[in-house]
Amino acid sequence: MQTHQYDVVIVGAGGAGMRAALEASKDARTAVISKLYPTRSHTGAAQGGMCAALANVEEDNWEWHTFDTIKGGDYLVDQDAAEIMAKEAIDAVLDLERMGLPFNRTPEGKIDQRRFGGHTRNHGEAAVRRACYAADRTGHMILQTLYQNCVKQDVEFFNEFYVLDLLTDHDLTTEVLSDEDEVNATGVVAYDLATGEIHVFQAKAIVFATGGAGKIFKTTSNAHTLTGDGMALAYRRGLPLEDMEFFQFHPTGLAGLGILLSEAARGEGGILRNSEGERFMERYAPTIKDLAPRDIVARSMANEVREGRGAGPNKDYVLLDLTHLEPAHIDAKLPDITEFARTYLGVEPYTEPVPVYPTAHYAMGGVPTNVEGQVLRDSHNVVKGLYAAGEVACVSVHGSNRLGTNSLLDINVFGKRAGRAAAAYARTARYLPLPEKPAERVEAQLEEMRERPDGERVADVRRALQETMDANAQVFRTGESLTQALADIRGLQKRYANVSVQDKGRLFNTDLLEAIELGFLLDIAEVTVLAALNRKESRGGHYREDFPQRDDANYMLHTMAYRRPTSASDVADGHVEGFFDHVEEFGDYKVVLGSKPVVQTRYEPMERKY
Amino acid sequence: MTAVLDTPAQDTTPAEVATFQVTLKVRRYNPESEHGDAAYWDTFTVEAHATDRVLDALHKIKWEHDGSLTFRRSCAHGVCGSDAMRINGRNRLACKTLLKDVNPDKPITVEPIKGLPVVKDLVVDMEPFFASYREIMPFLITSGNEPSRERIQSPEDRARFDDTTKCILCAACTSSCPVFWTDGQYFGPAAIVNAHRFIFDSRDEGAAQRLEILNDKEGVWRCRTTFNCTEACPRGIQVTKAIQEVKRAMITRAF
Repeated sequence: MQTHQYDVVIVGAGGAGMRAALEASKDARTAVISKLYPTRSHTGAAQGGMCAALANVEEDNWEWHTFDTIKGGDYLVDQDAAEIMAKEAIDAVLDLERMGLPFNRTPEGKIDQRRFGGHTRNHGEAAVRRACYAADRTGHMILQTLYQNCVKQDVEFFNEFYVLDLLTDHDLTTEVLSDEDEVNATGVVAYDLATGEIHVFQAKAIVFATGGAGKIFKTTSNAHTLTGDGMALAYRRGLPLEDMEFFQFHPTGLAGLGILLSEAARGEGGILRNSEGERFMERYAPTIKDLAPRDIVARSMANEVREGRGAGPNKDYVLLDLTHLEPAHIDAKLPDITEFARTYLGVEPYTEPVPVYPTAHYAMGGVPTNVEGQVLRDSHNVVKGLYAAGEVACVSVHGSNRLGTNSLLDINVFGKRAGRAAAAYARTARYLPLPEKPAERVEAQLEEMRERPDGERVADVRRALQETMDANAQVFRTGESLTQALADIRGLQKRYANVSVQDKGRLFNTDLLEAIELGFLLDIAEVTVLAALNRKESRGGHYREDFPQRDDANYMLHTMAYRRPTSASDVADGHVEGFFDHVEEFGDYKVVLGSKPVVQTRYEPMERKY
Repeated sequence: MTAVLDTPAQDTTPAEVATFQVTLKVRRYNPESEHGDAAYWDTFTVEAHATDRVLDALHKIKWEHDGSLTFRRSCAHGVCGSDAMRINGRNRLACKTLLKDVNPDKPITVEPIKGLPVVKDLVVDMEPFFASYREIMPFLITSGNEPSRERIQSPEDRARFDDTTKCILCAACTSSCPVFWTDGQYFGPAAIVNAHRFIFDSRDEGAAQRLEILNDKEGVWRCRTTFNCTEACPRGIQVTKAIQEVKRAMITRAF
């Protein structure tokens, strides 16, 4: 075992982690721990753009962007956070340009901007050109630019290190704490994939930037490595997870594969059609049509298929039509995604429409934070020295449905804020003692998994999980389907206790890590389904066919889910009898649901029409 | 290079495609195993679909036959650069190579990329590769005050280096280069591509420094224009052309 001491430790080297690192490493001794090489992170797969009201090509202002974000999130957005994001978006884009990001340019040489779903002029009048972009590889360019600047700033990385535990000075799962009690994060425990060695990092401040958990679903745009590690670690250590029922299904995944085709395709003029060739979005969103927010488009597509207007031999997808666009325009603006269609489906987008269907894309929920990126341990108290940013976090700027481009924005705005806050905190904080055997839990977990006799295969349990999530917790949900998913997950949790790995070695044991990751996936799927069962309304990405209306009277609250020992209290912070008071027991632990108020500043919730 | 299916889309939905058996001959190395420090070949036969990629077949082996088979992968659609490997003797991304395009009637050989130390099975030590990348100063170098808005760049100036911005640092090019195989000190195509990306960026002022670095005996002049790199690039970057442009810039000092 090796031990390290850093003022700031950042976990994850995607956009949020590296943006935090660039900020923190200016003022504090900083280490970035990442399970992948930084440039492999899934930020690089983002395509379409990053919105900011630069007004380079037409009139725009950040207040319109704030409004769109709040309305897009079906009013579950914390409005103070959305305002910060929209306001700071402008500097976030300019920061990236000054760091070297090669944005596409207007004829005058300014950063070019294009249309994107849900982003409108003057509170919904028409689509506005707000997304700054670099062809259809904006995420790639952001990831490369941030990494390049980390190289320039000599940021220290621990690559292919898996963080497997978070250390705090109180056990949040069992201790009953009051508002006066101070809880501190003290370090993390990591596993070096190359050698199998354990490393303990003591830190004054820790930033979680570990990304999403799309692999709980079968059809997903997410990388194999997006297994909800950071969310699950925080959750297991007693921290709440917020709004996990809200998962975004991106409308245009390549049919059958889930590979993302950017919304920019529609921003550049692409049209969704059903088997009859009808532009069906005209019926669902008469004003902005194909550029309605993702939850609405995904549901509309699924509905077309359900009502028998799907295309293809099994009528199970719809068509993204780019054939009316000039090939030169497609090549200039959408080169990568048209290449995906050619490579993986053998479809030529110049002349043929592309088969598409919704794909699990983004977790709106996550580890709750305030606008400085500080992690909350309940609805209002922070954990000192612990920060989170990006998809792992829930600040909440996305509410119940994220607008396209707002994730690239989120990672830059809140990554920067978290990094800056962590470094500022580290300047005055001191190192706190670690437990006597800080790596005990991780070592025991790994040894136990490695030494288990022959049992179930990791892949079989994971596949079963992904299949039940796709079948029962996707675009359309009911109490019945979610109850089925929960029963399946419970059964899979039991099977998980018997999974075994074939690779018993120390060196580069990815078999072992896949087994550990499966444990994270199961926990995240479980809390996702529980929160979805509890929310008996439809809002944003969470659509309950048995409760198709939004219910502001009872559900205008963030869900907060806590994992506790069965012996703990059944009442969580933000308990609301009849609505946020669910308790689900799972053998040796239970999940207790509570709530957190939604921050409202100037926007009254309205009916959401486009 | 990109593979293109020749069947129409309607025939490629998963429910429609036929399955077939495919055999993979995988180069393995695991110092902890009974084979010790000796690399060896292992053969697996798995069931595959026409739309499957080499990565799907490797996953099938790992998930259903031998969990110890080790390789890197993440995004699985050709943008993260994790899974460059030597497939039937050519460097490609396993997630972008359809089985049907590499003749699945015969065993498909899969080896780690060459020229970098093998860690385990298909995993190589990427550190020497990234060290070369870091050496060419892969970041925008400017002087004076930052502008209060964005720097202005014409669409033509932006287009000048567009091709080399596509690089995903997968090392397919560098590890296909015969000069790199015999001389690990050579910067290699990927580092030069990333130097090109900044040398020809009108906003950058560090071109002279980078050209000085690449004028080194292990620099750009080692390139023998064999075009392996261009063929290997999964992003379709004209790598050899970029290297030629850097060479020319070194002589003319025009960039």
